[in-house]
Amino acid sequence: MNYALEIKNLVKTYTGGTKALNGISLNVKEGDFYALLGPNGAGKSSTIGIIGTLVTKTSGSVKIFDKDIDINVAEAKSMLGVVSQEINFSQFEKVLDIVTTQAGFYGIKKSIAKPKVKDILIRLGLWDMRNDQARTLSGGYKRRLMIAKALIHEPKLLILDEPTAGVDIELRREMWDFLREINNNGTTIILTTHYLEEAEQLCRNIGIIDKGEIVADTSMKDLLSRLDVQGFVLDLEEHLEAEPKIDGYSLKLEDSLTLVTAINKNKSINNLFDELNKLGIKVKSLRNESNRLEELFIEMVKR
Amino acid sequence: MNQKQQFNISVTLWTLTSKEIRRFLRIWIQTLVPPAITMSLYFVIFGSLIGPRIGEMDGFNYVQFMIPGLIMMSVITNSYANVVSSFYSVKFQKSIEELLISPMPNWTILLGFILGGVARGVLVGMIVFFVSLFFYPEFQIQNVPLTLLVLLLTAILFSLMGFLNAIFADSFDAISVVPTFVLTPLIYLGGVFYSINILPDFWRSISMANPMLYVVNTFREGMLGVSDVSISFSLIMISIFIIVFSFLCLYLLKKGIGIRT
Ligand SMILES: Nc1ncnc2c1ncn2[C@@H]1O[C@H](COP(=O)(O)OP(=O)(O)OP(=O)(O)O)[C@@H](O)[C@H]1O
Ligand SMILES: [Mg+2]
Repeated sequence: MNYALEIKNLVKTYTGGTKALNGISLNVKEGDFYALLGPNGAGKSSTIGIIGTLVTKTSGSVKIFDKDIDINVAEAKSMLGVVSQEINFSQFEKVLDIVTTQAGFYGIKKSIAKPKVKDILIRLGLWDMRNDQARTLSGGYKRRLMIAKALIHEPKLLILDEPTAGVDIELRREMWDFLREINNNGTTIILTTHYLEEAEQLCRNIGIIDKGEIVADTSMKDLLSRLDVQGFVLDLEEHLEAEPKIDGYSLKLEDSLTLVTAINKNKSINNLFDELNKLGIKVKSLRNESNRLEELFIEMVKR
Repeated sequence: MNQKQQFNISVTLWTLTSKEIRRFLRIWIQTLVPPAITMSLYFVIFGSLIGPRIGEMDGFNYVQFMIPGLIMMSVITNSYANVVSSFYSVKFQKSIEELLISPMPNWTILLGFILGGVARGVLVGMIVFFVSLFFYPEFQIQNVPLTLLVLLLTAILFSLMGFLNAIFADSFDAISVVPTFVLTPLIYLGGVFYSINILPDFWRSISMANPMLYVVNTFREGMLGVSDVSISFSLIMISIFIIVFSFLCLYLLKKGIGIRT
């Protein structure tokens, strides 16, 4: 199996003594769309920083498509694109110049870079703003500029650190489509996010990191199937005095019009409705108690 | 996937160097105009107004004597300032990540910034020279190759020092401390305005420990054919410092000091 990214026993202790990573290991397959989740301060950005050589590691190794970042430096780097969590372009330069210069740093000649820059700016909706100073862009468009910069050398592995933080719903969906498209075209993508829905929508595999340790590394499907109980909220048509007793289901009345239940995966929802019908209780609407992944996530990173 | 783009080192170096040059040209009002104005004032006040009362210095008309010193002063401060402020602001704005994430090796990063500083130093040096011709049109450069060599070496040396300063700087204050408290006094006392022959023995010996004296006098030798110090000794010392500082910068870049967390 070809890995786009192989991390072994990565340790990072910052000067000052903060231990951000306690020896994490992680493999991401070629072509994957991988989510790296974890609470604030878990070590996600530290990991990404080390992969991109922006942060020095204390120990451990990182390989990008089998090229060690310490040994085959230039080769490894030319296959990697990183969208950092924080803005890292000069605010006083023009959008077009920023992306063209970045291409130059990758050794791409101006004549070759020109059409590439135009293409990527058009695809990210930045072409009309190409002559604007970067500082005049809105937050969401600054993120897009970061993505344009990271993609200009056509990396095989793209890592995005919270690319949709502070991006509105419409722009976020557009960004999702864009990322799906480049993933379909063969680019391996790793992203961190605090929107679990985003991970669920986009990613095939998922790693969860907490306090510098990997606490889960599995497929999205597998992870979701671990969740054996699901909470549902039933909105009722008529007021209820006391909660109904139904065998095999635990029901709780939150208020006289709202019934809350947790259903085991091997029990059917149909059955519950049959029983409620028998008791003459009419359900107006049904909704998930909360995002399933979110519940699981909270469970796994409990302090 | 198309991964056939060959990594072209001369493209990366030129990208960085031209970016550095564009930067100081874009803000020419801050970078190119001030030295022209300040130096004109020096020429007017010390050269034309007070100069005749001072008389000759080392056998030269005072304006003529000052020209090499003032050019060196401008080259030193401008090459230093260019690199320290550009590299520090790249760090400060985090756009240094654009360089670090790319495959470009450390020596290209260093060389790109140094060439930017040299370009500004040399350009300002030429501007000051042209300004000086306005006050002393009959000026003749005695030894053109030596003049150009010293000009270049000085610009390289002080660009390197600016780079070192920026590596260690962690605030905007830290990039003005060295120029204000170290460079400026050393330059003023380094023989820009006078020959150390006019000093009492004690102060003359002390002055010999001032590195600026060697730079200024070697340049004066090139332009006027006079010097208070040994030219070969100076050239060797300047070259040694350039080599030492280059390796020091490369070592610090490799260690990631001041640029990687
Ligand atoms: N430059 C630094 N110097 C010292 N400590 C740092 C530095 N950067 C991060 N840390 C510490 O390392 C730990 C991990 O931080 P990191 O930024 O990797 O977390 P994260 O998972 O990206 O969090 P978030 O979701 O908030 O972005 C934290 O305790 C943080 O305070
Ligand atoms: Mg982070």
